[in-house]
Amino acid sequence: MKTIIVVGNGMVGYKFCEKFVSKNESKNFKLQVFGEEPRAAYDRVHLSQFFEKRDAKALELAPLEWYQENDIHLIVNERVTDIHRDRKSITTSTDKEYHYDYLILATGSAPFVPPITGIEKKGVFVYRTIEDLEGMLAYADEIKKNKPNCRAAVLGGGLLGLEAGKAVMDMGLEPHVVEYAPKLMPRQLDSRSSNVLQLTLEEMGIKIHTGKATNQILGNGVITGMDFGEDDTLEVDMLVVSAGIRPRDELAKTCDLEMGVRGGIVVNKKMQTSDPYIYAIGEVALYNQMIYGLVAPGYEMAEVAVNQILENHQAAMQESIDMSTKLKLIGVDVASFGIPYMPANKGLSIIYENKTKGIYKRINVSHDGKTLLGGIMVGDAADYSILHQMYLNNMPLPDNAEELIVGARGEGGSAFGSAMDLPDTAVICSCEAVTKGAICCSVLEDGNETVKGVSKATKAGTGCGGCKPMLSDLVAESLKSIGKTVKQSICEHFNYSRQELYDIVKTRAVQDYDELLDTVGTGHGCEVCKPAVAAIFASIYNETANRQETIQDTNDRFLANIQRNGTYSVVPRVAGGEITPKQLMALGRIAQKYDLYTKITGGQRIDMFGAKLHELPLIWEDLIAEGFETGQAYGKSLRTVKSCVGSTWCRYGMDESVSFAIEIEHRYKGIRSPHKLKGGVSGCIRECAEARCKDFGFIAVEGGWNVYVAGNGGANPKHAELLAEKVDKQTAITYVDRFIMFYIKTAQPLQRTAAWLEKLEGGITYLKNVVINDSLGIANELDLEMQSYVDTYKCEWKEAVENPEIRSRYSHFVNSEDEDDTIEFVSLREQKMPKQWA
Amino acid sequence: MLKAIEKYQPVGADQIKVWYKAAALEKFPKNGGACIKYKEKQIAVFNFTRTGQWYACQNLCPHKMEMVLSRGMIGEENMIPKVACPLHKNTFSLQTGENLNGSLEAIATYPVKVENGYVYVGFAE
Repeated sequence: MKTIIVVGNGMVGYKFCEKFVSKNESKNFKLQVFGEEPRAAYDRVHLSQFFEKRDAKALELAPLEWYQENDIHLIVNERVTDIHRDRKSITTSTDKEYHYDYLILATGSAPFVPPITGIEKKGVFVYRTIEDLEGMLAYADEIKKNKPNCRAAVLGGGLLGLEAGKAVMDMGLEPHVVEYAPKLMPRQLDSRSSNVLQLTLEEMGIKIHTGKATNQILGNGVITGMDFGEDDTLEVDMLVVSAGIRPRDELAKTCDLEMGVRGGIVVNKKMQTSDPYIYAIGEVALYNQMIYGLVAPGYEMAEVAVNQILENHQAAMQESIDMSTKLKLIGVDVASFGIPYMPANKGLSIIYENKTKGIYKRINVSHDGKTLLGGIMVGDAADYSILHQMYLNNMPLPDNAEELIVGARGEGGSAFGSAMDLPDTAVICSCEAVTKGAICCSVLEDGNETVKGVSKATKAGTGCGGCKPMLSDLVAESLKSIGKTVKQSICEHFNYSRQELYDIVKTRAVQDYDELLDTVGTGHGCEVCKPAVAAIFASIYNETANRQETIQDTNDRFLANIQRNGTYSVVPRVAGGEITPKQLMALGRIAQKYDLYTKITGGQRIDMFGAKLHELPLIWEDLIAEGFETGQAYGKSLRTVKSCVGSTWCRYGMDESVSFAIEIEHRYKGIRSPHKLKGGVSGCIRECAEARCKDFGFIAVEGGWNVYVAGNGGANPKHAELLAEKVDKQTAITYVDRFIMFYIKTAQPLQRTAAWLEKLEGGITYLKNVVINDSLGIANELDLEMQSYVDTYKCEWKEAVENPEIRSRYSHFVNSEDEDDTIEFVSLREQKMPKQWA
Repeated sequence: MLKAIEKYQPVGADQIKVWYKAAALEKFPKNGGACIKYKEKQIAVFNFTRTGQWYACQNLCPHKMEMVLSRGMIGEENMIPKVACPLHKNTFSLQTGENLNGSLEAIATYPVKVENGYVYVGFAE
């Protein structure tokens, strides 16, 4: 049995292992992996997500068990220090020696730290590993204690530098990005697109300084600023260096492998170094005199090395490597492919620039107008995948090439046609090298009918995820070609999704359930579509559950929560959890009068259990007389907005959380939604109101409110995600207004906001674009609809007790005044509870 | 003492001895149900306005023995009229009483007729 040693357990090193064990012939090899980081390989591309979740596990490419299951001997936290080519062995930092038959160098790269005076000062960091991030976080927490508005700069305005800018912003520091070149992302963007990107980023609060050469780092042992010469300085409390990468090629020096002049281990197209038993892959490999700092070429190199070792000799690296890339930078789409910019003698360009929307698109076309040479997209890269494919496959351009970026005029939409027009060999997922043919085959021949299933089977879309839109198009189109559709119809009576029904009711002004069933449904309805449609009517017309009572779900029909023995519980609204002693006594008196079991709820109000059906209007008459209104505890609607006591009493409070909670609870009360909604407002980051476990939450910070959305407790707890930072109260409300409206319009029935956001293509960044940047142009509509809800609120219990017809529904028998004599209670700690089920 | 559930035995068209005049038609909500009392029994009566059909069954859900079926939503599944229990959404055929989405005991169903604006339920005793 032969031994392969892989040095480096980063993304490419991991990919080598994954590809290797997937081959049958790999059984004859022993695979041993060394990683110098304390943990197994993780997704470095999405490193900035670590700030949002602080969960290193979530970034993991495979759990430790995976290595065991596949007989891979992984040793982490141990650096390989020497290679002894003469005896085919390596030694590690603990002086152990291991023999190899083949050696794979996947040591990656290290951040390049330019030799600037003072760069060793405390407070200067690099951005590469989870440990780097943890160090930055700890330091940020430290400096924030002594100074309220700390600043952090990032040295380098490339791809990674901008990611780092977002990371320091997430840490609550004022972000600055300092770039030596006159533009951002100099490799991928031309100056005009860089300007558009800069404007967008500055709007988000990231300050950009281009054309700045840093002379020295200021400060006495600890960084206090950056000096750009000639009295030009920038005061900063922290610096993150992201000025490019240098290959980690020091091992090659220990054994005289051939190296490039500026570093990197020279490899041939088989990925072999100058020693045929040693391979180099990823960012350490110098192929065609280039280092490739992207993950897709690294994966391709891993594939080639695997095949070469398994004696599949025709596998080789292509002559030219596609460096096209598409990513979401801080929520902004940025993409470039082929030759992004060029002088006019090489090709002609078509440019669309719209600074009002932060959009820039450029395509470069050959002089004869027939071939696409490359392009750039900022702000909207929806068409990247198809343009990239046209470029890669040399597909003919349409006559009016400008339609590729400005859209076709007149009827019929797209200038590209469909993703199905691509050749079968077109690589759709470049991270995993999955072709269009393989994806369609997975649907048509292997019977995978969902994007998820195809992803699982082919691995397409599991890398950077950039190909997902195209992947889902291909799946949908393939299904369509065999007469199937991907449809989320709500039940057998309506062949529509909730969102489609919502639009139908709205645009055709459908008045009630029967009319909807008659016009677009079949049959006579069921317990699935009735409440779903009831919620749609409630959302569109803001009508109460009283109007169409028999299509309401159990609790809505009688405006109370049915409990174990068919009795109900009653919860009046106690906005923000604030209640006067007088109101408390009133609740006590009423509960005592009707002999109700009382309990404080998790949402800071009081629940009264054990009310019989006929007692409900009587209880509510008493409650309304005392000034209470319905708490909608029974509805798929706003429950409570939980609050901490806030700055009015609390010595730590930054703002008045109770006042805000009351205001917001009154704003959203009564609005029907796909599922229940809960809110929270905390007066400081101690977060006593647990606002981040709610569908929406506000937390007071220095200089404003942080807005979180789409969290929940329950069966699958999920923390809410940050929607906006340090905004004033009015802005915070506007954002949440839009978030709720957008959710109401597009979610599935009974889908909480967290599950909805998880399913939302583009996730939180897409949501931010819709809510904050109005990327869909619907913000005004959402605002107006929310305002009309707020303006038309009425207490449905008041309506019920005052209307004799509605009130008459509350009797157990229609032919007798008798009560239901089967209800039995037993005593419990001086109160009562239902008798156990028979 | 008779267990609650044993009070309810299905009544076929040929077993009707009494047509009990339950209540005026307008007492029953459109496309919904209401409960009537007959001797010691609680009977759920459903008004399928869309089809013009009426159905009746025991008000007792056999799952947790609660008197709640009349408050459930009605509908149809593969042309079978049904009621969904408001507590746990168990569904029962209103023609045969069979539990459609599980294996609970069938519920007892009763014949219904409407005459001169009144709803009558048929009983064997």
